[in-house]
Amino acid sequence: MNRPISEFSAHSYRSSWWKRHQARITPWLFLAPGGMLFAIYVIAPIFQSISISFYEWDGLSPASYVGVANYVELMDDEQFYVSLWNNVRWLICFMLAVPIGLGLALFLNQTVFGIRLIKSLFFFPFVISQAVIGLIFTWFYEPNYGVIAPLLSLMGWDGWAILADEDYATYGIIFAGLYPQIAYCMILYLTGLNNISADQIEAGRLDGAKGWALFWNIILPQLRPATFIAIVVTVIGALRSFDMIAIMTQGGPWGSSNVLAYFMFEQALSEYGYRMGYGSAIATILFLIMLVYILYFIFRMYRDEQRGL
Amino acid sequence: MFPTPIERTSIVTRSAYRIILPASLILWLIPLLGVMLTALRGPGDITAGNLWGLPSQWMFLTNMHDVFTNTPMFDFIINSFKITVPTMIGAVALSCMTGFALAAYQFKGNLLLFFIFVAGNFIPFQILMIPVRDLTFQLGLYDTVTGLVMFHVAFQTGFCTLFMRNFIRALPHELFEAARIDGASEFTIFWKIVLPLTRPAIAALCVLIFTFIWNDYFWATVLIQGQHAMPVTAGLKSLNGQWIAAYHLISAGSIVAAIPPVLMFFIMQRHFIAGLTLGANKG
Repeated sequence: MNRPISEFSAHSYRSSWWKRHQARITPWLFLAPGGMLFAIYVIAPIFQSISISFYEWDGLSPASYVGVANYVELMDDEQFYVSLWNNVRWLICFMLAVPIGLGLALFLNQTVFGIRLIKSLFFFPFVISQAVIGLIFTWFYEPNYGVIAPLLSLMGWDGWAILADEDYATYGIIFAGLYPQIAYCMILYLTGLNNISADQIEAGRLDGAKGWALFWNIILPQLRPATFIAIVVTVIGALRSFDMIAIMTQGGPWGSSNVLAYFMFEQALSEYGYRMGYGSAIATILFLIMLVYILYFIFRMYRDEQRGL
Repeated sequence: MFPTPIERTSIVTRSAYRIILPASLILWLIPLLGVMLTALRGPGDITAGNLWGLPSQWMFLTNMHDVFTNTPMFDFIINSFKITVPTMIGAVALSCMTGFALAAYQFKGNLLLFFIFVAGNFIPFQILMIPVRDLTFQLGLYDTVTGLVMFHVAFQTGFCTLFMRNFIRALPHELFEAARIDGASEFTIFWKIVLPLTRPAIAALCVLIFTFIWNDYFWATVLIQGQHAMPVTAGLKSLNGQWIAAYHLISAGSIVAAIPPVLMFFIMQRHFIAGLTLGANKG
């Protein structure tokens, strides 16, 4: 760039320096506050947690390095396997939210009178706190005064306390968890259905595609972005499940409804004592499991970016 | 449109739909209807097992009065607002800047930084719990609203950055170029061109963050101990211990806790859904 020599006063030199470089410096100035806060509160703690997992630490007295002892102990801890297995059960059962959400979306994708309000009311459970949903369902399952009490006696299962039943407590919580999750998937699919090109549907219909074939060959492929997001949020939701367990069973009875997220909390911050190192080891394993999904998600985003989407 | 519009189907299907639709809605909302009905009752009905009939005494106002006078529910609600509103403002303000930086400038490491913000969204909270609690202690902010807000702002910046960056990137880039040629500084471009155009994104983020933070339970239990700073989710849980089998009070309390996000959702519905379904219709 050619600049007139007369701009050589100190002031205008500085301002022209800024002018020349501002496009390079500005992004960093804009990134600094948010980026720093994020680094301090989100990125650094991941590494701190991983490092704490190699120590024995009660949170107060000095920590002592124990190598992989926490992980070794974890491998022999029956509660760890119960929690891990429950996470798997959560993952599998929670996936039901995706097809059920799709079914609901198909059912509601009409233009009858009042449908907008009906859709909002179907979506409603998602807006309410999981803690509140947990409280509501705890009372639902209550064997004497609960809502399902009459239903239970009808089936001859009087006084069956689902949440106190070692074999079924987890399913009881998952069922409650599905309630908002289905609503979430439904809204994703409703938006997806809304964006399907009408031409393609008409073309398909002209070619004689009907019902199931039309759905399978034309609709479902176009819903792929919605399906992808629905699966991502459902997997993350299943692995993050904490609130409902904390509210409904605290992992009980006898740890049978525990999951890694709650197990970690229990070890690190509850009456079981303050085992920060052990808790961090559990958190690290949960993190590594989730990292698989995160990396896959990032990989897909990267591919889309390269394609210029 | 798929499925076939109901007007174009046979009369049988049409009538069936007309019946099944409201019936399924009622079935779906049973848990919530149950809570509303119970909040109207007195304790007598609950011990007598009258759950779905008409209340024998209408005690909604009494229950609400009980909830607000015998418990710190009012303080919990205020705390929730004190946590939610600053978080919403903070996270959205920071992410307008980070989103702009990542969307409008090409520099080395841009995509990497963006992916770090994205990845941060999906990590399990437990991996952050101990260091964040420790840091909050060291800052002298444990058991305070400020401490909780600081963390929420930092964490939500990840999600908001993802959202803002994609939104700003979809704006026509020529706008920035034209302004630069006219001699506008980078800051003017941000303030005068980008911010006004991102208003819909800001609205969507505000409702989403409001709902997420209002409904947070985990961090409220990790960073708050006393009732003086407790938000309504954690407060309700602590009251649940006192109200053994007082389901009419639990129901009334749950309704109070749910009203703000529900109102927010119904008022800002379009923005809420637009924000939530971001990415569900592209690719």
